[in-house]
Amino acid sequence: MTIGLEHYLIVSVVLFCLGLLGVIIRRNLIVMYMGLELMLNAANLALVAFSHFRDNLDGQVMVFFIITVAAAEVAVGLALIVALYRKRQTNDVTDLTSMKL
Amino acid sequence: MQEILFYIFSALTLLCGLLVVFNPFSRNPVTSAMFLVLTIISMSGLFVLLKAFFLAAVQILVYAGAVIVLFLFVIMLLDVKDEERRRYQKFGTFLGFAAVTGLAMLIINTIKQSGVSQALTGDGVAETKPLGKLLFTDYLLPFEIVSILLLVAMVGCILLSKREETAEAEAE
Repeated sequence: MTIGLEHYLIVSVVLFCLGLLGVIIRRNLIVMYMGLELMLNAANLALVAFSHFRDNLDGQVMVFFIITVAAAEVAVGLALIVALYRKRQTNDVTDLTSMKL
Repeated sequence: MQEILFYIFSALTLLCGLLVVFNPFSRNPVTSAMFLVLTIISMSGLFVLLKAFFLAAVQILVYAGAVIVLFLFVIMLLDVKDEERRRYQKFGTFLGFAAVTGLAMLIINTIKQSGVSQALTGDGVAETKPLGKLLFTDYLLPFEIVSILLLVAMVGCILLSKREETAEAEAE
């Protein structure tokens, strides 16, 4: 059985759901960020798979931009986490509830 | 051969991805970061199978090389012991698994019914040269905008991680 687009898309969907699961069940900001990275990577995989099976390179260019933006996003996000940790001495979301009554 | 490689790489990707978010043996963020590296590397194997050689190289360089190092630096700055003391909330974990499984089932069913696999059966462009040409002709403007975005991110990082000198001087 040859590997078609469907196989790659299913891997991508499962990986996306794993990233989502990480954001849902983990309470540590850094690990939640890793879940976000997994979701971005799943989207990248889907785009590359579409690009391959359509004989079209636009998808790969898109993935190139996504990787760049993700790197910038990680840099800023982690700087924010460090700043937050300095102020509150925690990076667990259950402790960061200053708006809770 | 391609089929076997696909199954090996995708199984590795999914297994390591699961261990990033849900590792029954360790809650240490460093372990998660290491499994994230493995996920990224096996995923670049999938990119090679899809004939996206340039992206496979970029994936390893940027993610395994830069992003993970950044994660590890930040983990080093923060308190990891605190995370190890906490436990998974059983109800939340169960609900999360249930919700995410439902979502996965839904999307997989949609993919199976849509018939994309039969509609698109290309063989891919196995060269990097057209990609570079595309990047510097059709996509020149986005390329430049992304470079500005990187500059902005750099400035933002410096601004965010700088200690506030005036506030500290006042506190003293």
